[in-house]
Amino acid sequence: MQDELRDLYQEVILDHGKHPRNLRHPADANRRAEGHNPMCGDQLTVFLKVSADGTVEDAAFEGQGCAISVASASMMTEILKGKSAAQAHALFSVLHSICTGEEDGHDHSRHNLLAGLDDEMDRLVILAGVREFPVRVKCATLAWHTMVAAIDGQEAATTE
Amino acid sequence: MTHSASSARAANSARAAAPEIYDVERYRADFPILHKPSRGKPLVFLDSAASAQKPRQVTETLKSFYETDYANVHRGAYALSERATARYEGARETVRRFLGAGKAREIIFTQGATESINLVASTYGRKFLEAGDEVVISHLEHHSNIVPWQMLREEKGITIKVVPVGDDGEFLYDAFEGLLGPKTKLVAISHMSNVLGTVMPAKRIAAAAHAAGAKVLFDGCQAITHMPVDVRDLDCDFYVFSGHKLYGPTGIGVLYAKEELLNAMPPYQGGGDMIASVTFEKTTWAPLPAKFEAGTPAIAQAVGLAAAIDYVTGIGLDRIAAHERDLLLYATERLATVKGLRIIGSAPSKASVISFALDCAHPHDIATILDRSGVAVRAGHHCAQPLMQRFNVPATARASFGLYNTRAEADALVLALETVREIFG
Repeated sequence: MQDELRDLYQEVILDHGKHPRNLRHPADANRRAEGHNPMCGDQLTVFLKVSADGTVEDAAFEGQGCAISVASASMMTEILKGKSAAQAHALFSVLHSICTGEEDGHDHSRHNLLAGLDDEMDRLVILAGVREFPVRVKCATLAWHTMVAAIDGQEAATTE
Repeated sequence: MTHSASSARAANSARAAAPEIYDVERYRADFPILHKPSRGKPLVFLDSAASAQKPRQVTETLKSFYETDYANVHRGAYALSERATARYEGARETVRRFLGAGKAREIIFTQGATESINLVASTYGRKFLEAGDEVVISHLEHHSNIVPWQMLREEKGITIKVVPVGDDGEFLYDAFEGLLGPKTKLVAISHMSNVLGTVMPAKRIAAAAHAAGAKVLFDGCQAITHMPVDVRDLDCDFYVFSGHKLYGPTGIGVLYAKEELLNAMPPYQGGGDMIASVTFEKTTWAPLPAKFEAGTPAIAQAVGLAAAIDYVTGIGLDRIAAHERDLLLYATERLATVKGLRIIGSAPSKASVISFALDCAHPHDIATILDRSGVAVRAGHHCAQPLMQRFNVPATARASFGLYNTRAEADALVLALETVREIFG
């Protein structure tokens, strides 16, 4: 098997793809958004419970998609719990850079937001395999676009 | 008549006397792109249903046309424009003959089948359909034969009725007949499904629709590449297809319509070429087919389409169909050996398009992994989301076989699918 395929479909991704965590609809969610990838028609819904001080207390999702999009959504719901909304935004920027290989400027405020999140960022690096598969980047980022839309109070997100 | 057309016809008549074996390698040699590696592996191109590759006969025709005969058409009293006009109108005649239409003026060149259907919806639909009138489509339609009718529904208040498909992807003819009634004004059905390969009983559909007093449109995008089509034998009112799926250029398509309908329909777009005379007070329309071809048309693309038609008729649509039938049966049999693979669509009347799903992997993951083996298949909803919903799948992987595909390529597909199982199994 080719190295690029091995890098893309690592054990952790296959595991999250087959056994997604937090694949549920929490009754007490107070934010939700629908995500849509028009290229493939994949759709998912992200549910968040955000406290009054802006902390993500619970994160979950529903929907179906390819191994990459499901694994990315699953890992995202685990990573987000306990983070502030601002940290969630910052982690999305990190994920985006990991998937595209593009650096989007480490400004000072983002640096502060990410302080202490090294483990979370390390976990996301496993998605770097999509860099070799440009058409699959949207699969990896769909859940995150949707999460950001939910936090920002929008109802829908698309990868376009 | 072009030289290639006459030689093709000569070759055809020779074959009629002594049918020769379908020499797929000879035809493959006409498609340079098939011999270029993909991702370091021999290309196995199984996505002709999305768009077919182009033979040298088409690309060389485009090149020589631009280099020797090109000018705008239907104006300029100079030699080049005369030659370009003759080639463009010659292409129309080639299409007429290919479709078995009675008159060249019944052939309208468009950008593609999508524009052809939109043209019918915008002109025939707007003028002749009223609130409460019914348009019958099927669950198998491509979005291009759904959305234009929904837009017309928004505007005119028509009703859309949908013929269901069976569990094997077959067209449920009895249910279709049950939908016909006094309010049915148009039946717009795909001649062949781009997802499941199902071939519709077009002639029966047309007869039943006419008996109910409705007009009939067939979306021939897929069928036109897989079988001989004769619009007068089908007795359809409208037939549409795109050039690029028929081994021709992009940006060119065809609307066939019966002359009396085209005469009754208002023009589609206004502009140059479609008028008889213009004053600020009153403009009169040009006769057919110019009435529906406003602006400078896709001249070279039309000439290229004619070259593609000469190419496939030179081989013979019957022979192509037989070759593809063999590939369909062989690939179906081989795919059945892949553990956890399910073919979606097994209608008795089916051409060489195979949609499938694996129990262990999503179609996008399948397509990504196959691609690394040089195997190009389509994954997604194939612009047929209602059909995905019907079969309760988010997407399918689709392998489609054209005149240049081989049994060995079906084997390569099956082998590459084993890599998917290796990763996901």
